[in-house]
Amino acid sequence: MARYIFSRVGQALLVLWATFTISFVLLQAMPGDAVMVKFQNPEYGLSAEQIADIRAAYDADGSVVLQYVHTIGNFITGDFGYSLQAGVAVSAQLAVNLPSTIRLAGLAFATAVLLAVVIAVLSNISGFTRLRSFVLSLPSLFVSIPAFWLGIMLIQIFSFRLRLVPVINPGEWEGLILPVLTIAVPISAPMAQILLRNIDEVLTRPFVSVARAKGASHAFVLWRHVAKNAVLPVLTVAGVLFGELLAGAVITETVFGLNGIGSLAEQAVNFQDVAVLQAIVVISAAAFVTINLAVDLLYPVLDPRLKAKLGGVA
Amino acid sequence: MTISPIGRLEGTVLPAPVLDVSGLTISYRDQNGTRTAVHGIDFSVAPGEVVALVGESGSGKSSTAQAIIGLLPENGRLESGSIRLNQQDIAGWPQKRLDGIRGSVISLVPQDPGNSLNPVKTIGRQVAEILIIHGKASGAVADARAIELLERVGLNQPALRAKQYPHELSGGMKQRVLIAIAIALKPSLIIADEPTSALDVTVQKHILDLIDELRCEYGTAVLLVTHDLGVAADRSDRLIVLKQGKIQEQGRTADILANPQSAYTRQLLADAPSLNVRPRRVAAPAEAAGKETSDDIIIVEGLVQDFGLGGKEKGLRALDDVSFRVRRGTTHALVGESGSGKTTTIRTVAAFQKPTSGKVIVDGLDLSSPPRETLRLLRKKIQLVYQNPFGSLDPRQTIAGIVEEPLLNFEPVPRVKRAEIIASTIEKVGLPLDVLQRRPHALSGGQRQRVAIARALVLDPQILILDEAVSALDVTVQAQILALLDTLQRDLGLTYLFVSHDLAVVHQISDTVSVLNGGKIVESGAVEDVFERPQSPYTRELIDAIPGKKYPSLAGRPLSTHSGNIR
Repeated sequence: MARYIFSRVGQALLVLWATFTISFVLLQAMPGDAVMVKFQNPEYGLSAEQIADIRAAYDADGSVVLQYVHTIGNFITGDFGYSLQAGVAVSAQLAVNLPSTIRLAGLAFATAVLLAVVIAVLSNISGFTRLRSFVLSLPSLFVSIPAFWLGIMLIQIFSFRLRLVPVINPGEWEGLILPVLTIAVPISAPMAQILLRNIDEVLTRPFVSVARAKGASHAFVLWRHVAKNAVLPVLTVAGVLFGELLAGAVITETVFGLNGIGSLAEQAVNFQDVAVLQAIVVISAAAFVTINLAVDLLYPVLDPRLKAKLGGVA
Repeated sequence: MTISPIGRLEGTVLPAPVLDVSGLTISYRDQNGTRTAVHGIDFSVAPGEVVALVGESGSGKSSTAQAIIGLLPENGRLESGSIRLNQQDIAGWPQKRLDGIRGSVISLVPQDPGNSLNPVKTIGRQVAEILIIHGKASGAVADARAIELLERVGLNQPALRAKQYPHELSGGMKQRVLIAIAIALKPSLIIADEPTSALDVTVQKHILDLIDELRCEYGTAVLLVTHDLGVAADRSDRLIVLKQGKIQEQGRTADILANPQSAYTRQLLADAPSLNVRPRRVAAPAEAAGKETSDDIIIVEGLVQDFGLGGKEKGLRALDDVSFRVRRGTTHALVGESGSGKTTTIRTVAAFQKPTSGKVIVDGLDLSSPPRETLRLLRKKIQLVYQNPFGSLDPRQTIAGIVEEPLLNFEPVPRVKRAEIIASTIEKVGLPLDVLQRRPHALSGGQRQRVAIARALVLDPQILILDEAVSALDVTVQAQILALLDTLQRDLGLTYLFVSHDLAVVHQISDTVSVLNGGKIVESGAVEDVFERPQSPYTRELIDAIPGKKYPSLAGRPLSTHSGNIR
């Protein structure tokens, strides 16, 4: 068991390191840099020599290897450097923007799970057979809807037409309703689909017949026998879908004009603010890796067969 | 024809039957419309009686059992008929109402113990559940009762077992757990649906003994659904023979075995290996077994095979000093229960893995340290036929493509020549040429196994390894395939290495046999010697466990309708 945990944590760290390195190399390879973007602006009226001096001060022309070692050292100690554009520490910018994104992503994920479970439960109650076939045909549709389009449509319908949810100066929580839905709907679809397929598959297993033969009702079998078995594979998918959630958050924040990591990333890209971009990439990767690590570690807890394979206490 | 009845039901007023089925008709819906699987059958089961429902796949025996307990698959429908359980017709009952009697009045011992327990719930919970569902006990009382039940069905350390999960138990132990569940509420009727077909023969015997014992103790009636006539013959009071959803014949087991009325029953009885010990037709010099001759095509000496376990030091010794020889043109059988090393042995002989130590020589080629070229040569000499004819053929290829494939892996053969070879091979295995353009799903199990044999034969090999090659087939099909193998051996001079857990089949087809237990050979020699004078206690136990012993005079019985002297 300890061996399993060690190897999983090790793999997670390796992924993080690789992400950092690849993003560092790619960001370095970009033509131009933040110093040029900012100070070449004619408004500053700086001469070429002055710009060269500033470049030297920022060590912009220093060896890439040195910069790499320097940056990775700083990241490990939690120092993400300074944003050239805003002139403040990246960590300060993150402190402002991260909480709102976490709130958005967390709510969206919870909503997606809730939607998926509700759909799965409804589809397995008799009398909802129509819904069932409808739901099973949904995912391909939902997945192919681009988040920005869905966001715009939701605003059009619920805010402008039906005037249910304000988008201009909304309340703090009110303003989250549409963005959360925009992210949650495309994610809930594949989750619901996999859950439904799994429930169907588990229902055909012999142990379900045995449970019925004991006199257990359909509902009892669904909750006590099928649910846990059907949820296990969804867990893996949920971890992967979390990546989509992050991507969805970036676009959704832009569409709804929310402050967050998404809008921060957008600005950073516009101004080639390498330090900010690097920090965002690494933080997103860290979140993704952590969720998947949690899923991996949760698995043996939920499935006794895995625990045995990992040499845990039988 | 009437033999004076000795059955325990005779002479007294017949008690009301536990189960009385009449006019039962079951149909299935699929893309092609509605198909009737059971056509208005009638039968009954008296209290404490064991009635065996026998038939081949597709005979409707499982559908009948499922309908009685109200668990037909979603596309199945009970069209008409009545199912009277303790004089109450439950045929039209909704599921909610059936929930009240399932488990308490009628219960089920399922076919496949490996998949019949919920993998993420403890054994104890799954046993206690039936008490909780029916409101007989709850909490600690239910848990304690579950442990008692586990003890009753003969599980050692029942308190520990109750805390374990299904994957920590063997197949036989799981079936005991399922029996504990089935008897928990002392039902009037237990439906045992192929309760032992997934188990080793010695385990099978113990499980059937247990069911028998509990039946006597509780006075429960048993409807035993089985494809194995040997099991039915040994364990049932009455026999119902089903074919394509119709009852061919029913009556007292002893009467039917002695004097079958329908042609189909006669055929079944003749084909059941466990009821017919036929002498080998090929006159193979049996005394050659074990002795060294220059004509030994397979020589295995001191074979050891170790497997590492997940990088840890402690490995697993799968084979320990295994030695045997097979003479050219004969059949050598490897028998043993699951985990005995049969599969490991054939994998090594087929050079899928390198032995840890020991010598394997196949037709003069030493496989202990095979260079690449030796391996290629070997692939032409030795071919495999697997157990599952459904899984071993690519569903997307045509039969012609499947049989052709091995030819493409060796030196190029012109297209026309290839077509000739394929056609002649397909004819050799007794299939019509029009199967060539079809795909596996259009063929029956027996036809698929013939295709698998054709694929093995197309390279003109000298040795066929038959890995449980007839185990998944119905008895009549099994008999046909065994006859085909016999013909092919005589015509082509093939050598067979025949792996099986079914000793009755082994007895029928093999010249020599090696009995494996725990990776060691416990006994080997000519089939007649080993079966009639087993030297090791393990072999004796295996042979004793073969079902169909209750009517020994049936062995070797000619295909006739004359009433046999059965006692």
